Amino acid sequence: MDFNSAIDLGPHATFIIISYLGVALVSFGLILGTILNSKHQKKRLADLEAKGIRRKSDK
Amino acid sequence: MKKYSPPKNINKSQTVKEMNWFDKLAHPGQFLKWSKYLILPLSLITIALFGIGLWFAFFNSPEDYQMGDTVRIMYIHVPNAWLSQFVYMAMAVSAIGTLVWRHPMADVSMKVAAPLGAAFTALALFTGSLWGRPTWGTYWEWDGRMTATLILLFMYLGLVALWRSFDDQLRAAKLIAVLTLVGAINIPIIKFSVDWWNTLHQPSIISAEGLSMPASIYTPLLVMMLAFTFLFVTLHLVGMRTEILKRKADALIRKSVSQTGNKGVGK
Repeated sequence: MDFNSAIDLGPHATFIIISYLGVALVSFGLILGTILNSKHQKKRLADLEAKGIRRKSDK
Repeated sequence: MKKYSPPKNINKSQTVKEMNWFDKLAHPGQFLKWSKYLILPLSLITIALFGIGLWFAFFNSPEDYQMGDTVRIMYIHVPNAWLSQFVYMAMAVSAIGTLVWRHPMADVSMKVAAPLGAAFTALALFTGSLWGRPTWGTYWEWDGRMTATLILLFMYLGLVALWRSFDDQLRAAKLIAVLTLVGAINIPIIKFSVDWWNTLHQPSIISAEGLSMPASIYTPLLVMMLAFTFLFVTLHLVGMRTEILKRKADALIRKSVSQTGNKGVGK
């Protein structure tokens, strides 16, 4: 494995780094958004259940 | 407008034992049960594929003889471009499920896929633009493929906006399914635009003659395509589970409000 040549991204390194950072940012944003939304909906259902609001089939 | 009625194959009176294997797979309650076992394996496969793909992309692949190191942008551009079209086709298949079988899981699949598709399409345009500047000398060119991909992004954003503008998601699903199928005409236009019109964009890397690149470049590309595809599948699965829970909570709130008039429930 040649780390030195891998780190040297040539004259267009800025374009490469910005591309990867942009993709990483949006990908992590999608992952975080998906996790937070899931937690939010689970909490909503748990709150409703705590108030005794549930479907007949769930009782 | 005619009131939505659930299809017979997910009739509430039907017990789980009476369902066939497909109904068990696609019934929202059953889907929540079996899909939870897939989240961890899918997440681990996705992480592993990204680890391997990035290692290949930065430490075990050569510069291209023409592009130099900017070829490394291809390892994230091509997977996002692939997903921009794949996600739309998945939505189109779901749209058929909505219109033909009136299956609520098809609605859920369509709704959850739209923002993911928009993100992947935006990333395809973003990375393509950053690759184009050092390679072609321009960030943007109004050629067939790029323009059709920009239109695809607007279509995704329009569908996301439509989902948000309807309170009744079941009614929204029918309209959005029709629009999704109409919009699917854009996918072959994107795919074949490089063959039909004179363009800056290079032709497809996979053709009847085989691959137009060496294995040292094709390997990281393939692994990254798999990684992004697994990322989509994982996010789509979790998103579908969340949407089912949201609809369940919304239905409980509506029921509670109609029974008690308490509008503060579940806020």
